[in-house]
Amino acid sequence: MIRACSVSELPEGEAVRLAGPVPVSVFHSEGAYYALDDTCSHQDASLADGWIEGCYVECPLHAARFDLRTGAPDCLPAKNAVRTYPVVVADGVIYVDTEARQEVA
Amino acid sequence: MRTVAVVGTSLAGLRAAQELRAQGFDGRLVMIGAEPPYDRPPLSKDFLLGKVSAGDIALAGQDDLDALAAEWHLGVRAEKLGREGVTLGDGTTIAADGYVVATGAVARTLDAARNLGGVHTLRTLEDAVALKQALAAGPSSVVVIGAGFIGAEVASACRLLGHEVTVIEAMPVPLAPVLGARMGAVCGELHAENDVRLITGVPVAGFTGDGRVAGVRLADGREVPADLVVAGVGARPATEWLTGSGLAVDDGVLVDSGCVTAYPRVIAVGDVARYRCPLRGVRVRAEHWTAAGEQPGVAVANLLAGSTVTHFARHGYFWSDQYGRRLQFAGVATEDVRIVEGDTASKRFVAAYHRGDVLTGVFAIDSPRPFTRLRRALQRCR
Repeated sequence: MIRACSVSELPEGEAVRLAGPVPVSVFHSEGAYYALDDTCSHQDASLADGWIEGCYVECPLHAARFDLRTGAPDCLPAKNAVRTYPVVVADGVIYVDTEARQEVA
Repeated sequence: MRTVAVVGTSLAGLRAAQELRAQGFDGRLVMIGAEPPYDRPPLSKDFLLGKVSAGDIALAGQDDLDALAAEWHLGVRAEKLGREGVTLGDGTTIAADGYVVATGAVARTLDAARNLGGVHTLRTLEDAVALKQALAAGPSSVVVIGAGFIGAEVASACRLLGHEVTVIEAMPVPLAPVLGARMGAVCGELHAENDVRLITGVPVAGFTGDGRVAGVRLADGREVPADLVVAGVGARPATEWLTGSGLAVDDGVLVDSGCVTAYPRVIAVGDVARYRCPLRGVRVRAEHWTAAGEQPGVAVANLLAGSTVTHFARHGYFWSDQYGRRLQFAGVATEDVRIVEGDTASKRFVAAYHRGDVLTGVFAIDSPRPFTRLRRALQRCR
């Protein structure tokens, strides 16, 4: 488990990118928190910079959309899913279990 | 509609095929193209830098291609479109009820460089492979002609690979027609900041060298030594094969706001199409990746409907990677440009273009998040 940030640091509709060998980002949308690999599976762009709407994030570069719940793309140009990770919120702090690499959808 | 022939198998042609299937066309689908579908943007960026291979830039996997259940004619060009159908270079004629013209564009070349070795253009994978090989041979001085996006990206890649690079631009300010003079000048600064020499306001007059290029002669008499030249001087739409087809061609295939030609059974998409932009009220050839990816959805809906029932009303968008920075632009530039975030000196900023109080365009360097917000606001401005 790694500490992402406190709940107050991640308002609705925003994302935070965690440093690390494989960048992971936490997204806050519609009251829920989601953690995904940050790099778009299509081309080198950060999903944390993307547009968050409903349970989707749209890549800022080519508008590929990924389902925050599964990491699966729902439209071209992305063809491959990005990984998702469990998120735990405890005492106002958001944690991501980056060890638990979940199966790609 | 029983048979649709898609002529051109790059991004726009492939997307048209995917849209045909997605929108319920279950007839015979014929794909005609000189090359298999691959993604061009990386050719002037990561491919030159060796970060991606030819295999990495395929636009579709075998599964995706199989799912189209199409009949492929690859490695062959369409030579004619007429009453009897599309005639291919190998003599085959394919008759169809519907046609998608997606033949893209061809890199412009410099007449003066004809029969001269060491002068390259960059449009196709083959071009990129040849340029990469030429760069690997260790040229002592690279000259890029044209400071547009392709020129700037190639200059950037060559510099990152450690070459001495000079960029020559005929206009006084690079990219001014696209970004306006002020932002064009900011982009021009990127070259010098990365030890690339930029010469502006001087056209190229010719070349020196016997059989192989040795230098570039400028109109003011100066000469720039060069043992490798890349001409990034634009592209012309690939429309020669449409001579005699009856389709109206004027710097591209003329189509309406729904990408439909005067014949409701013929649509044109991507770099080859010059469509009537409902947002700007003028004909536009949107020579960018996003338009090639988005137009087919609209155009195919109209082809299947038999008339123009939906319009392509999206602001143009493109991005460029130069010297490790990401440039993004959407909409239309005006002279009224305001920096809304960051500053131009640091090369990390967002600029907004206006006409009166109306937002018309957005340009940003290394600021994807605020750029995306403004781009969304722009799309809501009608």
